[in-house]
Amino acid sequence: MSTPDVQLGIPAAAQLAAEEAPAEQFGTRTNQNEATEFGMWVFLATELMFFGALLLGYAYGRHLDPAGFAEASRHTDLVIGTANTAILLSSALTMSLAIRAAQRLERGALMSFLAASALLGLLFLALKGYEYHDDIDEGLVPWADFRITGVHRGAAALFYFLYYALTALHALHLTIAIIVVLVYLVRLRGATVAPYRQQITVTALYWHFVDGMWVLLYTLIYVASPRS
Amino acid sequence: MNAVQRARHHDVPVPPQVLHPKSYLREGSTLGSWLTTRDHKRIALLYMIAITFFFFIGGAAAGLIRLQLMSASGNLVSDRTYTELFTAHGIIMVWFFLIPSIPATLGNFLVPLMIGAKEVAFPRLNLASWYIYSFGGLLVVATLLSGGVDTGWTFYTPLSTLFSNTRVILAASAVFVVGFSSILTGLNFIVTIHRLRAPGMGWFRLPLFVWAQYTTSVIMVLATPVLAMTLLLMAFERLTRIGIFDPALGGDPLLFQHLFWFYSHPAVYIMVLPAMGVASEIIPCFARKRVFGYRAMAYAMLGIGAFGFLVWGHHMFVSGQSSYASDVFSLLSFIVAVPSAIKVFNWTATLYKGSIELTAPMLYALGFVVLFLIGGLTGLWLAATALDVDLHDTYFVIAHFHYIMVGGTVMAYLGGLHFWWPKIVGRMYPERWARIAAWLIFIGFNLTFYPQFLLGLAGMPRRYHHYLAQFQLLNQLSSTGAGVLALGYLLPLIYLIWAMRRGQRAPDNPWHATGLEWHTSSPPPKENFEILPHVTGLPYDYEPTSIGPEPPHPAGPP
Amino acid sequence: MIIDPLLPPASTLAPRVDHLFVAMAALTGLVAISVALLMLIFVVRYRRGSKADRRNPPSGAFWLEVGWTGIPLLAFFIIFLWSTQVFSQYYRPPRNAAPVYVLAKQWMWRIEHPNGRREINQLHVPLGYPVKLIMTSQDVIHSFYVPAFRLKQDVLPGRYTYAWFKPTRTGRFTLTCTQYCGALHYAMLGQVIVMRDADYARWLATPNEEPDIIAQGAALFRSAGCSGCHAAGSSVHAPELRGLYGRPVPLSDGTTVTADDNYLLDSILEPEKQIVRGFAPIMPSFRGQLSQDDLDALLAYLRSQEVP
Repeated sequence: MSTPDVQLGIPAAAQLAAEEAPAEQFGTRTNQNEATEFGMWVFLATELMFFGALLLGYAYGRHLDPAGFAEASRHTDLVIGTANTAILLSSALTMSLAIRAAQRLERGALMSFLAASALLGLLFLALKGYEYHDDIDEGLVPWADFRITGVHRGAAALFYFLYYALTALHALHLTIAIIVVLVYLVRLRGATVAPYRQQITVTALYWHFVDGMWVLLYTLIYVASPRS
Repeated sequence: MNAVQRARHHDVPVPPQVLHPKSYLREGSTLGSWLTTRDHKRIALLYMIAITFFFFIGGAAAGLIRLQLMSASGNLVSDRTYTELFTAHGIIMVWFFLIPSIPATLGNFLVPLMIGAKEVAFPRLNLASWYIYSFGGLLVVATLLSGGVDTGWTFYTPLSTLFSNTRVILAASAVFVVGFSSILTGLNFIVTIHRLRAPGMGWFRLPLFVWAQYTTSVIMVLATPVLAMTLLLMAFERLTRIGIFDPALGGDPLLFQHLFWFYSHPAVYIMVLPAMGVASEIIPCFARKRVFGYRAMAYAMLGIGAFGFLVWGHHMFVSGQSSYASDVFSLLSFIVAVPSAIKVFNWTATLYKGSIELTAPMLYALGFVVLFLIGGLTGLWLAATALDVDLHDTYFVIAHFHYIMVGGTVMAYLGGLHFWWPKIVGRMYPERWARIAAWLIFIGFNLTFYPQFLLGLAGMPRRYHHYLAQFQLLNQLSSTGAGVLALGYLLPLIYLIWAMRRGQRAPDNPWHATGLEWHTSSPPPKENFEILPHVTGLPYDYEPTSIGPEPPHPAGPP
Repeated sequence: MIIDPLLPPASTLAPRVDHLFVAMAALTGLVAISVALLMLIFVVRYRRGSKADRRNPPSGAFWLEVGWTGIPLLAFFIIFLWSTQVFSQYYRPPRNAAPVYVLAKQWMWRIEHPNGRREINQLHVPLGYPVKLIMTSQDVIHSFYVPAFRLKQDVLPGRYTYAWFKPTRTGRFTLTCTQYCGALHYAMLGQVIVMRDADYARWLATPNEEPDIIAQGAALFRSAGCSGCHAAGSSVHAPELRGLYGRPVPLSDGTTVTADDNYLLDSILEPEKQIVRGFAPIMPSFRGQLSQDDLDALLAYLRSQEVP
């Protein structure tokens, strides 16, 4: 970034020149940007371990009673799960396009892609809420009239507890990501892109983490076992 | 070369205001200026105040425990109070003192100075982490004031979820909250060490203290979230009575133990690695020797950090886990002992052909090595499955981990405080008192905890309010030692505070040490260095044969 | 105890463990003493101002470092194999081991022999015969520890864990709980009584002494933890229970109830329902912790208590 792309044209170069001065400890703006991005990676490592504890619980439960986990998994809603996976993967695409727009300092495109990502995220949450509603109706809540009985009840209850814990934790992360994106949408109104470029890249990193985590959850929860 | 350095090199007197740029302590003296500071040095002091408070609270609990144990069947405190005392002692000492001890105080103060940076990467986050710590601290104080908690610091289920009627959730939330402060500190250090090293400060030119902080930070970032989730699950089960850990509802209590120790074993390394870092600074300085096997020392720390994640199951040899799992965890535990052994050998070899001066910091550091050595070697006993069957949850374990965490970490922490006190407050501590305290602590510590090894071998279980009469003599010996130890800990509290105002003014580099932190004024200015250093050589550039008035100068413009 | 803190071994496995103890003590002791001695020698010899030769101070020595990495690794590996070998014995009970059922609960050990003979906080076994313990817990995790046998195994709720031993000496050996299990953890003590064959056979044949119900209740009053708060002289502020039965009790909501059987039962199972005036609602519920038999015995005991 220290050598602005010549193809950016004069207005872009002017924007870049107007970028904020770096914080004192970083010395250069480049260093600050890289440090911020690196900080987000470290943060994501810690985030991964938050999910990790639950995933370890999943591994442990599945190891003790694989059949119980398979049985429980068959009661999940594969259609909504798959649709949601498609939705989040699309949002990953729009978010990547947003980064590209940000790098090119194209404000209009950036705002549209951000808005699209936020909308897809909201759609995901809506579907997820609908799915929770269905789950409750079908008696898939382990602490209230649990539907699955018999020898696998214990394992299935643990599976559903982990299902709610993991997906709720994931939904919490996605909600935060959507709020951050919306904040940038508001800030970008009538502002230039350059000062936000870095922050949007870092936000996108977080967004991709939320996407990727979902793909993992999808495989563990919905396609954990063959269905008849 | 700036005016000051030129002046020093030519022995020309320089005006005092040039020699002493405005210290970070003088950048505002109001309470507000401290509570809103983003200066890593001031945040270090804020942490120091907070953890000292908790150290003495936790110490008071320990004192009462030892008083109760003076007699085999006394009732100085009731059995229920006794359980609350050892739980409070454990929770406070582990999460509110030991985990933040060296990283949050000395680490915060020194990491940027040692790598030649003006600040940590994220100063606001750094301050936030102190506020999070303090909030967690308030929760733990609230727990104590509202009646305490009786589950032991390990929160084992189903005792904690179904049977305890004390403030389990409040205590767990205190620990949950304080975890975030260590995550943020760790994150900050990792980014700082990666991105803010001065020109020329390559990875293998870093002081070992920085390596220690780096490894510790990685463990903090990766292990702490697991603890947070585990406590959340425990609290959830306690509130909703759904079966995660409760076998009656289809859960598994061993899952809790696996999750808990997945954090809590690496946490031992969070506590002891920084202490190793401190010893690695002090010993070369007062032996006037390059640290022996620098690279091996750095790799050993990384090795401990990595293998430390794979040995949690050695806390569970008699828990009912598969015996094959126990065998694997046992082997890995023996392997993780190797890098620790390397470090002890290297510190010892650093002394060879040195020019050793037994100043107070050196006494503390050598005391650390000896106590850590004993703690580490007795750890091998516990790593051996067949011996652990007998020793598990006896006083042998108590003695072992106190040798590591109190004998090791606290000793090193105090050594570090003395070593860098001139840098931190700009004044010298009273050397004679400091040496007396070091000896008192060393003797008091061994008197307190060595008998506990014997008690454990004789079969005395931990967490016992009353015990069999034949254990009384050793317990009384241990309690007596605790008195000596308490006195030893009070002395530094008094004279270090005294030294802040009354101590002799400290020169910039009282020990003729080589680290970058000594190449700025004492205390340093807010931005740490007047001119950013440029590193051209290896750390620990000491020569046993010549102790010049000024050490060889790695700092200065290229 | 200070010279040799280990109790004299009293089971077939104990001497094998003790050999490992001795080896481990020798290895670690040797390392500790040599390193400490070396440090002392260096500190004295190379003290500041001494005339020792300090030319060519080393700052590393590759083969030396390889050596002190490799040799401990090798030593640890040997100890590991040895330890694992001994440890595996704990999981291999002899085929002819006689089963004994152990039920742990706050805060007692209940033992049942295959012929129906029951005992509390005592375990009678014959000398020279292997015994296999089949253990479970009624509440929290406990741990069955007999130091003289070098034997320890956690006892979990909801599943069985196993342990075995073959005693080699007659006598009484302390049995103690090592997994912290609540306020009276320390009181969860018992004895393993190793008897000669004939004595044991005679003991086993005696029928269970059914303790009278009031004495049973009195024992429960202590073991279930009631006495921790309700005994005279307890530091906890809790209502006095002697002479309570049949008396009117003023409650915090202003009403008064009579302390009949139902009131006593409710107070044990749902203590927060009716709070005695002037007392804090600190009593835990004992629902699920006491069997119906236990409750009957407790109530019988309370009814029997006269006015102080």
